[in-house]
Amino acid sequence: MNVKKQFWDGLITQNPVLVQLLGMCPTLAITTSLFNGLGMGLSVLIILTCANVVISALRKIIPNKVRIACYIVVIASFVTMVDLLLKAFVPALSKSLGLFIPLIVVNCIILGRAEGFASKNGIGASALDGIFQGFGNMVALTIMCVIREFLGAGTFGGGLLNGGKGIQILPPDTVALGMILPVGGFLTLGVVIAAVQYFMNKPKKTKEVAK
Amino acid sequence: MDELKLSVASSPHASHPVGTQSLMRDVLIALIPAMAMGIYVFGFRALIQTIVSVIFCEIFEWGYCKLMHKPIPCKDLSAAITGVLLVFVCPVTLPYWTIIIGDFFAIVIVKQLFGGLGTNFLNPALAGRAFLMLSYPVPMTTWALPGQANWAPLGMSVGQDYIDAFTGATPLSIDYMKNAEDALNLTASQFSLGDMFIGNIGGTVGEVSAIALLIGGIYLICRGVIRPRIPVAYIATVAVLTLIFSRSGGHFDFVWMLREIFAGGLFLGAFFMATDYVTSPNTPKGEIIFGIGAGLLVVFIRYFGGYPEGVCYSILVMNILVWLIDKATMPARFGVTKEMRQAEKEAAKAAKKAAKEGSEA
Repeated sequence: MNVKKQFWDGLITQNPVLVQLLGMCPTLAITTSLFNGLGMGLSVLIILTCANVVISALRKIIPNKVRIACYIVVIASFVTMVDLLLKAFVPALSKSLGLFIPLIVVNCIILGRAEGFASKNGIGASALDGIFQGFGNMVALTIMCVIREFLGAGTFGGGLLNGGKGIQILPPDTVALGMILPVGGFLTLGVVIAAVQYFMNKPKKTKEVAK
Repeated sequence: MDELKLSVASSPHASHPVGTQSLMRDVLIALIPAMAMGIYVFGFRALIQTIVSVIFCEIFEWGYCKLMHKPIPCKDLSAAITGVLLVFVCPVTLPYWTIIIGDFFAIVIVKQLFGGLGTNFLNPALAGRAFLMLSYPVPMTTWALPGQANWAPLGMSVGQDYIDAFTGATPLSIDYMKNAEDALNLTASQFSLGDMFIGNIGGTVGEVSAIALLIGGIYLICRGVIRPRIPVAYIATVAVLTLIFSRSGGHFDFVWMLREIFAGGLFLGAFFMATDYVTSPNTPKGEIIFGIGAGLLVVFIRYFGGYPEGVCYSILVMNILVWLIDKATMPARFGVTKEMRQAEKEAAKAAKKAAKEGSEA
């Protein structure tokens, strides 16, 4: 397994959110401010890496027939840890993400990587996969957050910069409230996916023509 | 579309000079009476808004096609119609930049990203309005009152004073806010039925005058640009429902029925938006289903919904259902009789049954 390919897979070509379309529920629901996006992305990154390592280590012990239940037990224990840690040390984030932190247990990115990668590969590769896929997820969430926050609230870095208010860029009268609403989540996701696909397919086409 | 001059076809070799551009030109001509009434009621700002909107629609269409290396369709006037219709469904006091955002959403997101004219699944102007309604709820529901139009061309830039001085409720929003029995008295004192027919009421730029829209609609039907099935089914459904379930106290109240028909954007939606070729069904039966469905939704939204007016959302919802209506009303192939279809159905059923039994065994 080469590390460079794994990195680009996680970031772009197999990006869990933008290409595999996994974990749509938090992607659409919580990407309304930079703080939420980064917090969610980091939590998923940590949980994904830990779960991948443990599941990879246990892959020869877990019986095939009950593997999903076993994965859920492993994932749920890490989610509980992160949930409690957030409640203790970053209560603001825990409050604004609310139910979506416990829901990481059934986040399809983590289950998907456990089933598709960690149960078939060694511990080192699985750890790297967790980090890269989690990073790809975090980048995608952050992009969505920045776009939606800018158009919908006119701010940058909400919850994080400027004492939690974010830096006001657009005047508050001119912002499109729709972008903060669920509608805006779907629109932004669609446009970002379209843009990523456009730029991913572009160089290939020119090469084919050149041939 | 009409640029294609060389065509190989079997007889009859009849040709007709009707193309996208000439159809769209007819629609623009049909919108002139409503435009004139809009300007008469709301002042020059309505005209300037329309011009700004049309220019920006064409710019966005041109820009997107240029960027994506597509053939540039600015000649076909469809973007101009989107621009005019978007202004027609917005209040006259709306700031220009908001209109431009609506143009961008309508042309780029709703129309071009789904493949341009002919493949957009929603009416671009209505989708633009829905987005503006979600994003800027306060300016989108600040209605100018009629008869106090600011005639000075400079008045358009006065802004806040102009907006604050002359706003009021539309007939439908009065109905929505008050309970139904007071509403009729209140509205009757403020807007008479004649005012509502001619257009001397508050509302969006294009929707106020029922008679101007009716003239435009009849022109389109006479020219063969639209078929009357959708508008007739649409308006008739609303008429029958509001006649039977009048909210003015008694049932079968004709005044209430006429008020509900003339108020809001029903005529505008029925003649100019529901009949959009791209987003309406292709079969006669389908067109009638489309009209009745949209009519039902209008009455439901007005009576039970969260908005005073439901024309925009009724048409958008029915647009989404067009593929289903087309599929359900697909006409039989030429030469296929009822018996043959019956036999085909039974054969398919038998095959399904056999497959099921096979898999069970």
